[in-house]
Amino acid sequence: MMIPDGIEDEEKWLAEGIAGIQHNAFYMHRALDANNLREVLKYSAQMLSELRTSKLSPHKYYELYMRAFDELRKLEMFFKDESRHGVSIVDLYELVQHAGNILPRLYLLCTVGSVYIKSKEAPAKDVLKDLVEMCLGVQHPIRGLFLRCYLAQISRDKLPDIGSEYKGDSDTVVDAVDFVLQNFIEMNKLWVRLKHQGPGRSREKLEKERSELRDLVGKNLHVLSQIEGVDLEMYKDTVLPRILEQVFPDEYHLQTLETLLGACPLLQPTVDIKTVLSQLMDRLSNYAASSTDVLPEFLRVEAFAKLSSAIGRVIEAQVEMPIVGAITLYVSLLTFTLRVHPDRLDYVDQVLGACVKKLSGKPKLEDSKAKKQVVALLSAPLEKYKDIVMALTLSNYPRVMDHLDNETNKVMAMVIIQSILKNTSCISTADQVEVLFELIKGLVKDLDGTDVEELDEEDFKEEQNSVARLIHMLYNDDPEEMLKIICAAKKNIMNGGPKRLPFTVPPLILSALGLIRRLQGREGDLTGEEVPATPKNIFQILNQAIEALTTVPSPELALRLYLECAEAANDCDLEPVAYEFFTQAFVLYEEEITDSKSQVTAIHLIIGTLQRMNVFGVENRDTLTHKATGYSAKLLKKPDQCRAVYACSHLFWVDDLDGIKDGERVLLCLKRALRIANAAQQMINITRGSSGPVTLFVEILNKYLYFFEKGNPQVTSAAIQALIELITTETKSDSTAPDAVSDPFFASTLRYIQFQKQKGGAMSEKYDSIKV
Amino acid sequence: MDFLVGAFKPPCNVSISFVDTKTRKQVPLKKDNGQTIMVPLFQSQENIIGEVLIEPTQGKKFEHNGVKIELLGQIELYFDRGNFYDFTSLVRELDVPGELFERKTYQFEFSTVEMPHESYNGINVRLRYILKVTIGRNYISNIVECQDFVVRNFTPPPSINNSIKMEVGIEDCLHIEFEYGKSKYHLKDVIIGKIYFLLVRIKIKNMELEIRRRESTGSGPNTYVETETLAKFELMDGAPVRGESIPVRLFLSPYELTPTYRNINNKFSVKYYLNLVFVDEEDRRCLGAGS
Repeated sequence: MMIPDGIEDEEKWLAEGIAGIQHNAFYMHRALDANNLREVLKYSAQMLSELRTSKLSPHKYYELYMRAFDELRKLEMFFKDESRHGVSIVDLYELVQHAGNILPRLYLLCTVGSVYIKSKEAPAKDVLKDLVEMCLGVQHPIRGLFLRCYLAQISRDKLPDIGSEYKGDSDTVVDAVDFVLQNFIEMNKLWVRLKHQGPGRSREKLEKERSELRDLVGKNLHVLSQIEGVDLEMYKDTVLPRILEQVFPDEYHLQTLETLLGACPLLQPTVDIKTVLSQLMDRLSNYAASSTDVLPEFLRVEAFAKLSSAIGRVIEAQVEMPIVGAITLYVSLLTFTLRVHPDRLDYVDQVLGACVKKLSGKPKLEDSKAKKQVVALLSAPLEKYKDIVMALTLSNYPRVMDHLDNETNKVMAMVIIQSILKNTSCISTADQVEVLFELIKGLVKDLDGTDVEELDEEDFKEEQNSVARLIHMLYNDDPEEMLKIICAAKKNIMNGGPKRLPFTVPPLILSALGLIRRLQGREGDLTGEEVPATPKNIFQILNQAIEALTTVPSPELALRLYLECAEAANDCDLEPVAYEFFTQAFVLYEEEITDSKSQVTAIHLIIGTLQRMNVFGVENRDTLTHKATGYSAKLLKKPDQCRAVYACSHLFWVDDLDGIKDGERVLLCLKRALRIANAAQQMINITRGSSGPVTLFVEILNKYLYFFEKGNPQVTSAAIQALIELITTETKSDSTAPDAVSDPFFASTLRYIQFQKQKGGAMSEKYDSIKV
Repeated sequence: MDFLVGAFKPPCNVSISFVDTKTRKQVPLKKDNGQTIMVPLFQSQENIIGEVLIEPTQGKKFEHNGVKIELLGQIELYFDRGNFYDFTSLVRELDVPGELFERKTYQFEFSTVEMPHESYNGINVRLRYILKVTIGRNYISNIVECQDFVVRNFTPPPSINNSIKMEVGIEDCLHIEFEYGKSKYHLKDVIIGKIYFLLVRIKIKNMELEIRRRESTGSGPNTYVETETLAKFELMDGAPVRGESIPVRLFLSPYELTPTYRNINNKFSVKYYLNLVFVDEEDRRCLGAGS
């Protein structure tokens, strides 16, 4: 029963207040009739003291206020007539300030002030300024609001507006605007403070009261709009910035959004509306970010729709506005949207769409500021969602990017990629991949008009590395989709041109190989789709991709990739595919790889890969190994030859259970290696007059030992013994200079043999026959 | 009974008037009995000229030991009632001993009288100037008639009159900075200033500016200090927020103030203070500032 009681009490208090006013008004009237100034002041002050109550709700207080207001009209009439009280208006202005209580004092002061202005004994602006300052003394929200409302009301027809009789020489319309604005600002503050009043009162009730009072505050805006002298210049310089200054609480902005925004498009281009609007939106977004409680409020007032349409109208109305201005506005709006409506992706898209509309039909942006703004515009959603996928669903996103020049486009593309990498978000559908590549096309391929020479090599590398990293982020667990992704990616990558392919193809291939390994063993047409995700199909795609690399030309890379593929094909048990890849690799080796160093590397790669292949039939394998050994023996430098040849020995001895174990050919290789080593030694002897290091021999010895241990029957302890002795003599010959590499190498090899001999067991017995 | 009454009636009426009564400014003076009368106002170095009219009652003659008029400046301490400290005392003999038959007027003149102190009527002390006519008589008490007058002196405005600016506060509750335009005010002055709120953590209901008078009388161990609040002036209604600046404008004229007196004849001092009073929703706290 608390609330009914409260209402009853309020009625009672109101009645008491009204009675008090009537009582004192009665005596005041008597004093007025008697022209007794002293008494008039006394009773009017007492009457106004009734307004000091804190017990009434705004609604009831308003009733009380209106009563007092009527009485004050009579008082004003009295003050106006100096003959009735015989005191000059200046003195009167002082006299009413003697009142001890502030509220009656200020009401009286305002009343006299109004007369004072009318008397024109002082400039209206001074009086108004004084009044609005003095009213600061009332900080109680409700009382202050009503007091200032009274001030606004009595001063309304006395502003030094253009054409007004109160516009003196020194008074300008600026003063009028200043006055109204200041009063407005102060009322606002009070109004906002109302929110924090009284802990015991329920929130809804407070809100209700506040909305009742909102009209009071709004009155000032009406007054402002009625000041004729406010031209646009002034509105720009004074009014708007101040209206939007921080003295305004965010919440208030929210509520009055419509009024405010309604005015914006009407302004002339000279008004710096964009700053104003973007400030407003920034503030609102901060406000929204400050607490989640206020979000419903935003939704309620449909802040987005209002802002959006307002901006649209502003931009439409202000044809002259530089593009950067428009974009700035959109950035602010976007930030706002992201903060307030994080779930409304369509809003974001809408903003971008509007931006596209604005940009369309214009040449690509040249202004660096505008470019920056666009980048900001596009980065905002990325930062917010931390998930590029969201951005990919925005249909207008790429369209905005289209309007950037190449350089900026690249910057933006980098931003996007960085965002993806940072958040390790996976792009999991082919469609998304398409969109993504559309977005970053600045990086993926040459755009028209890009001056290639201008590119900084390092920047380019970094960009392409990023793209390469990005490719790894394209992933889907479903093989079919993954295949589509790969196809999509490949399609885009293939357009990249010779400079990009070396960077972008490898990750694509590796990614595809990853898929193949997942699919291992899957065969044939499982789904009936056009391109089923089978290893075979994928290999075909890969073949094309690598082929592209060979034309770049980047043969070493292509070779490596072929070998990778071959190995994968091996694992998939696809002999023909693997063979094809090897053939390709060999062709490359023969035709493209001419540099001797590259050849060495390549041949070792080939040997290594080939050694691990187990899919080949005898014939195929023979062909390949034969080729490989052939290549090895044809390397330019003897030591390289030697090493390649003894490496080939492994091709004939695969240390698996069912691996090839062709001891004879192993020995052949080793012997051949020895011959080459010998030849090398002799060559050195001839050219330099001293024997070269015995490193090659020691290396071959190690190979011997390996196969010996592996049980190759062709590799005998006698052969090893002979080799050891050969090396020993070589090292001890006079012509051989001690060598820092080969000597310790040999010594430790011998130590190993010693160790094996003494270890005991089967291995020791094997080694027994070797004498060191 | 007429005889008896007549016996105690003074044998003559004495009245003192000033030569320039009509033109001289009259100021109200509160008498002991609470009545307010209008008395003339003088300032130091002025000539005090007038006449004394003595009119024997009942048309009878009476004897006297001489008539004199004194101009006295007195300080009266109420705790020491009856003792007057005369800091100024001038005497004019008006008549030699003799008899009076009919009404007679005596002219008197005190020229360029040094009256260093101003009249003051406080709680514990009074400083007053009187003209005292004494008709000496044998055997019976003298006939004494007094006429008060008020002295106000003008001092030129002080050359240095700095503004008062101070930051005060209660730790973590309330910090304010106040500024008054001057540190010395004249009696019809307006106190103009502002109060700036640096920190507000208490719920302020209102803020008042008080004018307090501190009157200290006596000296040494017998010092009596009396403080009274002469004015309470509400400066602010409601609770301000941080950063708010509240204007102060207080007209001093409606209040009965006197200048500040410092150690008048080693008897008393009067000082005025401006006191800011904050009333919060529970109790009141004060912050003061001298003036």
